[in-house]
Amino acid sequence: MRVLIPGIAGGIARKLALRLKTAGHDVAGVDIRPWENAREAGIEVFRGDVRKRVAEDVFRRWKPEAVVHMATVTAFTVPGAERGRINLDGTKAVFDHCATHGVKQVLFVGRHTFYGAAPDSPLYHSEDEPPRALEAIPELADLVAADLYAAMALWRLPEMTTAVLRLPYTLGAPGTGTLASFLKGRRVPLVLGYDPLFHVLQEEDVVTALQLALEKKVRGIFNVAGPSPIPLSVIVRETGRMGIPLPSQVLSLLLGRAGFPRLSVGALDHLRYPIVVDNRRFLEATGFEFQHSVADMLRIYREAAPVPTSAGWL
Amino acid sequence: MGSVWPKEGLAPNAHAVESGGPRRGMLGCRAVALSDGLDARVDRLELPFNEYGVDPYGISRKHVKDALRLFALIYRYYFRVRCHGIHHIPQRGRGMLVGNHSGGVAVDGAMVLTSTMLEMDPPRLAQGMVERFLHKFPVSSLWASRTGQFTGLPEHARRLLEDDRLLMIFPEGARGTAKLYPDRYSLVDFGTGFIRLALQTRSPIIPFAFLGGGSAIPTVFNAYALGKLLGVPYVPLTPYLLPVPLPVQLEIHYGEPLVFQGTGDEDDHVIEGHVAKVKERIAGLIELGRAGRQHRGLARKLLP
Repeated sequence: MRVLIPGIAGGIARKLALRLKTAGHDVAGVDIRPWENAREAGIEVFRGDVRKRVAEDVFRRWKPEAVVHMATVTAFTVPGAERGRINLDGTKAVFDHCATHGVKQVLFVGRHTFYGAAPDSPLYHSEDEPPRALEAIPELADLVAADLYAAMALWRLPEMTTAVLRLPYTLGAPGTGTLASFLKGRRVPLVLGYDPLFHVLQEEDVVTALQLALEKKVRGIFNVAGPSPIPLSVIVRETGRMGIPLPSQVLSLLLGRAGFPRLSVGALDHLRYPIVVDNRRFLEATGFEFQHSVADMLRIYREAAPVPTSAGWL
Repeated sequence: MGSVWPKEGLAPNAHAVESGGPRRGMLGCRAVALSDGLDARVDRLELPFNEYGVDPYGISRKHVKDALRLFALIYRYYFRVRCHGIHHIPQRGRGMLVGNHSGGVAVDGAMVLTSTMLEMDPPRLAQGMVERFLHKFPVSSLWASRTGQFTGLPEHARRLLEDDRLLMIFPEGARGTAKLYPDRYSLVDFGTGFIRLALQTRSPIIPFAFLGGGSAIPTVFNAYALGKLLGVPYVPLTPYLLPVPLPVQLEIHYGEPLVFQGTGDEDDHVIEGHVAKVKERIAGLIELGRAGRQHRGLARKLLP
């Protein structure tokens, strides 16, 4: 199969590209970021923005049969309005090109934060639930919109096999993404009096899940998860970090200062309330089995990203 | 015979256990020696704890142990809870404990879940469907989550029952805890959702009556405006102002399980008929308990 991966220079996307190549697929990608060693692995990377002409040219000339859309970003990596443009306009461009150039299958790689963190939400979210608590966390709105836009393809482009996958937080060695960024310091801020459950999946298992979704040609919306969720305090402790529980009022004053991430006050809800997903639909569709237990994941992360010795307060 | 905890480490009729094999009390309370200790009881919970002592719902063995240490003291020595009919609760598999609210704060729920932990063999954790506000506040959110007490949503109840858990439901809702002292033995309207859920999941309903909560917290007035200010439905006020429970003896009477047949899609009048049956059974258990309390009160007066 000829698989195109927009956002191929990202950590998990690279691993997926290599895995697919090893499995015998032809793999190419589009990204504004470089991936120097890609060609050595037999993977072609076209430098450019998925919203620009260069991306359409790739679709026209390279003629992918399947697309794994991973060119979305979070507030941890791209702040402000540009993030919204990348996530929403980029997703629209990818689906437009897929429709125009006869792509047979698209995987949209979304996030479980789609469901939002709220005290009155069900603990386990099924795929049929709407996004919640968006008003509290505007940083998530564009990712949620991109997810919903991708899901529209299920009825808008019925000839194409579309799957929207909602992935939990990921960890690797040390890995990339929201949780890995959150844990990178010596001390990790927590909200006093709360300890939400976190759903975590090892990057290699994420790659396995994506490969299965692609090869099994699943269609629909799917939550992807591995081991049972665990409290955030356990993640912090087992990765060798020190949790610093602070009252939410104090923590909200520190956001964007003293090394804390620049997030809206509403984002603290993700440190208060759990976002846990029900993955039964995905398991039934693909037979996915995770390989890394929580203990494995946290040990691997701790060994790959040892606690910084003198990196300031955080 | 009730479970009055006459001495440390023994259930009320544990003497019978010592003299040869497990027996049941006159009203069916299981006689269980607690020599295995509270922590060991938590260790014997048949829940799928992972390597960190946390189950898939976030119930933490450590937090349950800590909570049980406190609740067991209150259960045994402060409220001297008398528990009847615990054998009606299935030892394994799904079930719904459905009972009346008694008392202006959640003393009833806390003591019911303590009873299933202390009096059952093997112990079981009753998982309450609690008010939404409990998960909004710091500390209460953490402890409710770690001990398996989730917001009363149909999604939670259905999933837990399908996982063969033991649910604790008070169909009177917040109106039930708002009962004033003169109405402490009455029942307000029941919701109907729990019956549809029982039918959909084929779960037995174990009715129970909780007595004494209304005397322990003799609510004379509910301050709704103050409650709104604090983010809770209301604040119960007592003659001594604060809703601090008095050391009144409490009683829990479990009744025989009720099993209804159906799909959960029945017309309202059918469901309301089932609800009426559950309500009637709970009212009967309350009357049974009241008669016992009056009898004991009279006997105490006649004693020299």
